[in-house]
Amino acid sequence: MSVGQTISSSAMLRPSTAQKAGRVALILLALLLLAGFLVLPVIAVFTQALSQGWKMYRDSIHQEDVLSALRLTGLVACIAVPLNVAFGIAASWAITRFEFHGKNLLITLIDIPLAVSPVVAGLMYVEVFGLHGWLGPWLSEHNLHVIFAVPGIVLATVFVTFPFVARELIPFMQAQGSDEEVAAVVLGANGWSVFWRITLPNIKWALLYGTILAASRSIGEFGAVSVVSGHIRGQTTTLPLQVEMLYNEYNFTAAFAAASLLTLAAIVTLILKKIIEVTSGVHRHVDEEEVQS
Amino acid sequence: MPAKKANNSWSLVTRSSPLPGFRLSIGFTLTYLTVIVLIPLAAILLHGARLGFGAFLHTVTAPRVLASYRVTLGCAAAAALLSALFGMLLAWVLARYSFPGKRIVDAIVDLPFALPTAVAGISLTALYAENGWIGRFLEPHGIHVAFTPIGIVMAMSFVGFPFVVRSVQPVLEDLDPAMEEAAASLGANVWQRFTRVIAPVAFPALLTGTALAFARAAGEYGSVIFIAGNMPMKTEITALLIVTKLEEYDYSGAAAIAGAMLALSFTIMLAVNLLHWWVQRREGKRT
Repeated sequence: MSVGQTISSSAMLRPSTAQKAGRVALILLALLLLAGFLVLPVIAVFTQALSQGWKMYRDSIHQEDVLSALRLTGLVACIAVPLNVAFGIAASWAITRFEFHGKNLLITLIDIPLAVSPVVAGLMYVEVFGLHGWLGPWLSEHNLHVIFAVPGIVLATVFVTFPFVARELIPFMQAQGSDEEVAAVVLGANGWSVFWRITLPNIKWALLYGTILAASRSIGEFGAVSVVSGHIRGQTTTLPLQVEMLYNEYNFTAAFAAASLLTLAAIVTLILKKIIEVTSGVHRHVDEEEVQS
Repeated sequence: MPAKKANNSWSLVTRSSPLPGFRLSIGFTLTYLTVIVLIPLAAILLHGARLGFGAFLHTVTAPRVLASYRVTLGCAAAAALLSALFGMLLAWVLARYSFPGKRIVDAIVDLPFALPTAVAGISLTALYAENGWIGRFLEPHGIHVAFTPIGIVMAMSFVGFPFVVRSVQPVLEDLDPAMEEAAASLGANVWQRFTRVIAPVAFPALLTGTALAFARAAGEYGSVIFIAGNMPMKTEITALLIVTKLEEYDYSGAAAIAGAMLALSFTIMLAVNLLHWWVQRREGKRT
């Protein structure tokens, strides 16, 4: 906004009528494309879900399979997200507070899960834990199940959400610098009190932002989880997999009803993200920053 | 407990820091990275390597597999191009103009990141199917989207274009309007200001965003499989072929094709990193 103001307030670039018209046309074109391309699919989910009325919608969601899928999705997120939060904090502390060899390589390695196809990600764990995998024989000897069971789903989810917290925290902590922490240490504070009293309060919004991204992805992950899940109804089906199963059974209304829950989660994610961006300054957009010289 | 002087004795460290916790944090980071990412990655690559070069090549160049590359890469390229156009437009509008509801629009751009891919897949299929809200207007003109490569391109563009917006938007916002004003005062028209002032700065970001969109599109699974129709040789993407191989218990075949996909992923990742490095060096020189 400040950019726009600067432009319009400058005599040099005072827009002519033609330019104003062009500006309005571009904005309208962008909004139209956005509405058709992004908003319409969301509306379609709810319309399809409610196409047989509210009662049918409620019944579709109260199916035992859907409820157990919902529970599993919640359970998986509750394990995967805290693990990646711990990793994100550790990685960003090491990377932004110390100088060491191979730091750039480490930063690049953290990004790997973003580049790998989700299907390949799932396959990786089949290669390690599957019956024909490295640990497969040992696991089956001890009657432990990873692939086609909940642990495999958790691992696949951990993998796809691996970089989110770290990627939010690293640039943020880099920009913030370590002066306050060094001062505290020099004054005699120990490591944990520095972390709890200084670092954590400073990074809390960026941490929350990254956590929301990780949680959102872990709730919605499909490809990687699909490969390791085995699709056992009521046992290893997460909500996105349940959507697929219902859809493939031509039970469209139920599929869209389950999908509507995931869509609501996505909308909540977007709202929370925006709230954090606007209130805390954890974001990438200049236009909402108060200070602009 | 992190020992206070541990970090000084650690040979990895190139400059000592008064802060504690290096050993603990780097130890946890490396262990976690190794267990979650590196070992599984090695497992798949080693399985591919164990097949031997001949068998590997035979698997990854089988006609059905080659056809899946054509579908995947062709559609991903088309989707990346579409994403670049649409993403650039949105980034420009968001960075340069103010209008009511801008924050909402800015939030909605991230929807494809937040919306589960399976949901996007079934919803796009419903929209573009023969009797769908959009499909019913296209079908009379002979344009079939669902269950054709066009549908694949639509799904891939859906998941890809936010990468372009989020890459380009910050660069456009950081661009000092004074540069444009200077150009204008020297008599540059709108087109010249765009091609000479804005494009050189925005282009590397546009390239990065487009590469990321392409990478995401090439690996995409959930949003594509519902709308693709999945006809072997015609609308079957490579990611689905891996799943098919797995369902046939052909683990070697799956690992080989996954190896080929990983090679592509890492090439794009390397290209993006090189581009980033080049831009940083260029900017470093300028200041």
